Amino acid sequence: MNEADKISHISLADRLNHVLQHHWKRLIVFIPYFWLFVFFLAPFFIVLKISLSEAIIASPPFKPMLNWAEEGIMQIRVVVDNYAYLWEDDLYVKTYLNSLKISTISTILCLLLGYPIAYAIVRSSHTTKHILLMLIILPFWTSFLLRVYAWMGLLADQGTINNLLISLGVIDDPIRLLYSEFAVYVGIVYTYVPFMILPLYANMEKLDWTLLEAAADLGAKPMTTFFTVTLPMTTPGIIAGALLVFIPATGEFVIPDLLGGGNVLMIGRLLYNEFNANVDWPVASAVAMVLLVVLVLPMMLYQHIQSKETEG
Amino acid sequence: MSNGRQSRFLFITTCFGIAFLYIPMIMLIIYSFNKSKIVPIWGGFSTKWYGVLFASEEVWESVTLSLKVAVVNACFATILGTLAGLALVRFGRFKGRTLFSGMISAPLVMPEVITGLSLLLMFITLKEFIGWPDKRGFTTITIAHITFSMAYVAVIIQSRLAGMAQDLEEAAQDLGAKPLRVLIDITLPLLAPGMVAGWLLSFTLSLDDLIIASFVSGPGAVTLPMLIYSRVRLGLRPDINALATIIILVVAIGVLLAAWIMFRQQKQRELELSMSEEN
Repeated sequence: MNEADKISHISLADRLNHVLQHHWKRLIVFIPYFWLFVFFLAPFFIVLKISLSEAIIASPPFKPMLNWAEEGIMQIRVVVDNYAYLWEDDLYVKTYLNSLKISTISTILCLLLGYPIAYAIVRSSHTTKHILLMLIILPFWTSFLLRVYAWMGLLADQGTINNLLISLGVIDDPIRLLYSEFAVYVGIVYTYVPFMILPLYANMEKLDWTLLEAAADLGAKPMTTFFTVTLPMTTPGIIAGALLVFIPATGEFVIPDLLGGGNVLMIGRLLYNEFNANVDWPVASAVAMVLLVVLVLPMMLYQHIQSKETEG
Repeated sequence: MSNGRQSRFLFITTCFGIAFLYIPMIMLIIYSFNKSKIVPIWGGFSTKWYGVLFASEEVWESVTLSLKVAVVNACFATILGTLAGLALVRFGRFKGRTLFSGMISAPLVMPEVITGLSLLLMFITLKEFIGWPDKRGFTTITIAHITFSMAYVAVIIQSRLAGMAQDLEEAAQDLGAKPLRVLIDITLPLLAPGMVAGWLLSFTLSLDDLIIASFVSGPGAVTLPMLIYSRVRLGLRPDINALATIIILVVAIGVLLAAWIMFRQQKQRELELSMSEEN
């Protein structure tokens, strides 16, 4: 029997059915693949292309893209220009370094707060465990923006904390809490600590806790047990949680904007302003590309852990 | 002795953590009932800011847009994410799998400013070459949201597939069902709870997004987070406290309801399972 002969004689509906019957696996892969390719991967190449084109202040912002192909030779000169500008201007280098400093310290603070909480959740009884997990997850479902806004009310010069301290007689005049680096740390730890707790919890939940009892039985002090048994066993959870806090915190925009004001330099905010206020698309694209390069290693590490986790 | 000290330390840290998470939200709710226009100074009880909020046409328009985007996004993201999760867990090695799994997990950690900027530039380039999308708003925001939401759905589906026993699927196959039948009749129903969770997560992520929507939106299309942001960046506003209170209450009720339904379903399944074993 000739397969091709058969197909030519059947209707379109049957043919569609045939495609579905024989190529459905390919279709299942193709649809999401195509979507991500067009709307996730391709856009990065466009950003790269624009970051390599010339900024013409007077022209519409998309003009450089059209000129790109025609002026290939000239392009090589301006390639260096946008990235060199970032390197030469003190502001950008300082802002990148400050973003990394803030996200590193915030990640450590999240770990210091999140680790004992995750540990306490794992060790608590069945009902308590579910209530605590629910309490940790619940804020995650509410608006991120409004949770940051809540801290504006607490930290303002006439805010709840200053009012409380003044009425208790601790201070006479309001201390500056809002629009400072301190406020940004509070905001990041507040919004990102669940991202630290949940991977840690997932990791600790699977651990063999009898090892801790064994260590204790063999005479190890609690501190020794912690550093030689618990900590090494929970390292995968620590890394996963740290990456989930560190990567997005580095590019954070809302928290430095609402809580840091103009005083705190962070790259996400600079990029947003460069794009929307200064309308310098090539420089904004170059800023985004450099940020991507800075974060590509931690992101690849995260992806590695993620795929190991799901494939078992 | 040291064990007691350890558990006391854990107890105190957990209480501190929970208080840290909840006190700001509680303060937000309390001050929404403040009569005074200056948010942190108490001027007596009042519900007038809820009236101010509901009277605003801007608020209603942005709520409508946000809900429309969130629903359409959640449906598409659930379909695409489920397909992606199936492809990654059940189809073994295929050409370009590494790139695929990279593209699936990258949106989870990609800083939003980068995603937003790159999608906007993509839409502008597309418009130049194929004339679509002719205006930015509902469509572009929804596409952008689907792109990152489907990654979250894929992760949920992947972990559910990985933890699912394959004996039902194998039994169907042994009885002569074709692989596509097995997928539709056995695998998808088993994945349903994961798909529901993915839908809800996508819905919430979409309602929550400010940065990506601000990049890819056009004139006239203002989502709820965009409206909130434009108001609070100038300072504290009592009507935003009222809005926050409503959102927090809706979410709390929703989460509790979802937990209760899941709990009941699980009980029922256990019951059915034990009954079928008896037969």
